[in-house]
Amino acid sequence: MVDLAHDLSVGHSSRLVAGLKRGGARLWIGVALVGILLLVSLLAPLIAPHDPIEQDLMSAQLPPAWINGGEPAYPFGTDSLGRCVLSRLIYSARTAVVVALIAASLAAVIGIAFGLIAGSFGGWVDQLTSRLIDVWMAFPPVLLSIVLAAVIGAGLTSVIAAIVVVDWTRFARVVRAETMTQLRRDYAAAARVIGLSRGGIMWLEILPNLVPLTVTLLAVEMGIAILVEVILSFVGISVAGDTPTWGGMIAEGRQIVHQAPWIMALPIGCIILSVIGFNLLGDGLRLLLDPVQRR
Amino acid sequence: MTPALFIQGLRVTIGAGTSAANVLRGVSLELQPGEVRGLVGESGAGKSMLGRAVLGLLPANAAIAAGRIAFEGRDLLAMREPERRSLLGRRIALIPQDPMTSLNPVKRIGAQVAILLRHHLASSRRAALQRAAELLAEVAIREPERVLGLYPHEISGGMRQRVLIAMAFACDPSLVIADEPTTALDVTVQRQVLQLVERLRQRHGAAVLFVTHDLGVVAKICRTMTVLHAGRVLEEGETAHVLARPGHPYTRALLAATPRADRPAEALRPVPPSLIENLWSEAHQFDRLAAAGPA
Repeated sequence: MVDLAHDLSVGHSSRLVAGLKRGGARLWIGVALVGILLLVSLLAPLIAPHDPIEQDLMSAQLPPAWINGGEPAYPFGTDSLGRCVLSRLIYSARTAVVVALIAASLAAVIGIAFGLIAGSFGGWVDQLTSRLIDVWMAFPPVLLSIVLAAVIGAGLTSVIAAIVVVDWTRFARVVRAETMTQLRRDYAAAARVIGLSRGGIMWLEILPNLVPLTVTLLAVEMGIAILVEVILSFVGISVAGDTPTWGGMIAEGRQIVHQAPWIMALPIGCIILSVIGFNLLGDGLRLLLDPVQRR
Repeated sequence: MTPALFIQGLRVTIGAGTSAANVLRGVSLELQPGEVRGLVGESGAGKSMLGRAVLGLLPANAAIAAGRIAFEGRDLLAMREPERRSLLGRRIALIPQDPMTSLNPVKRIGAQVAILLRHHLASSRRAALQRAAELLAEVAIREPERVLGLYPHEISGGMRQRVLIAMAFACDPSLVIADEPTTALDVTVQRQVLQLVERLRQRHGAAVLFVTHDLGVVAKICRTMTVLHAGRVLEEGETAHVLARPGHPYTRALLAATPRADRPAEALRPVPPSLIENLWSEAHQFDRLAAAGPA
């Protein structure tokens, strides 16, 4: 008898290494950018040189330290009220990260639940859920967020609620489609043949197969949540007025963009780096988590 | 003695209304405990549909229009869903056609075998994994503990099929439906898989319905056989008898179309189209006319 048992490939430790290689530069840049963002927001009180709301009108609109007229005490200069721009950027990252993590996770949980139900039951359940999603998505998301924030009042909770209420559909649609695809595969039929219930198949067989997809989506969604938070704070219906936010900084900097362009440019740079970071992280994780290049 | 499987007048249709087509048109079949019956026929004869009907795996657009399927005297079609599920995987098992896709790609072999054992035998996780290792050893997999920790894509097709066979026999079923289990494998592996099925069947005393288009396989391991064509049973009986003196012209044609080492290739005779057409028209004409509706 030909021995097939020798036909085994890589072992456990090299599996992770292979995964990390598959992730490539995207994964590393993503991890680095998101890691810096998380660290900065976590350690904000330690690394910020000033209190972000401390005003010093004597040194208002100072340019960054390396430009002529700048002061080393204010590395990125000050805004029109003399507040340290670097400190405000650092504390803004906190708001952004809190919103991104909580809002994206909640949207994911709700969306995945709806997607699984629609995808596995099919028929009228699917029709109902899908039409609900369609109608939901016909609303302009930012407008819906603004209305929501206006109705339930400004504050961190309302920003998060606004994002969750709008963005669960993104997860629901993708998870529904993927659930249907996975259910058509032979292993799902095999799971039915071993007598698992519908819930058992969803939880034990289908959900693990959705992990790469949902993790990718979750990372991308965090980037989107940061953008929505920026938009809401830009129009002034995000967190309370004295809490620094990137959107708020842009709004303030806009008025004096000709005299002090850095006040607007720096938060924009932070936003771009954060969103790129989350997107690259999502991409890299998808490659890392996919045990086989199945598609 | 109560037959392990008793099918009477089974009619399965695909589609609805005027476009409905009959895939099985009154198939009756009986399988005694411990009997190995080959179910042969060309593509589209309905042999896989028959297996799927027994397992409750018919595609969404297919329906059982008439007939009875009884497992050990219990009507599978009238049975309530939880009761049917408790039989699947434990008393009735499937060896699927394609080992490449019938295992969940993102779960380790051990987890997949253990789920089956824990679901039906309610054993602890550790006991299930231990039993899983024994089962793999039973299907001649070397280093079973190591294989339990691998993902399906890390082992060969032949090994995957053995894992699936081990799973099919794991709970001592009394009926195993083997749906062309050797079709996706190369010839040397085919022989081992057949030997394995035969050995496990003897050890566990299960009745096997062996769905295949390969008369050589039937001759090797099936004591009885049923020839299916266009959704109808054309001929059945002892394998040796049917193969030596085929009663129906279609069976004769099928036999003449089987390559054999002791005959020159020129002696191969394809199933004559006229014969197929005759059978086809006999079997299908009315349905086709009915399906087309009034012209």
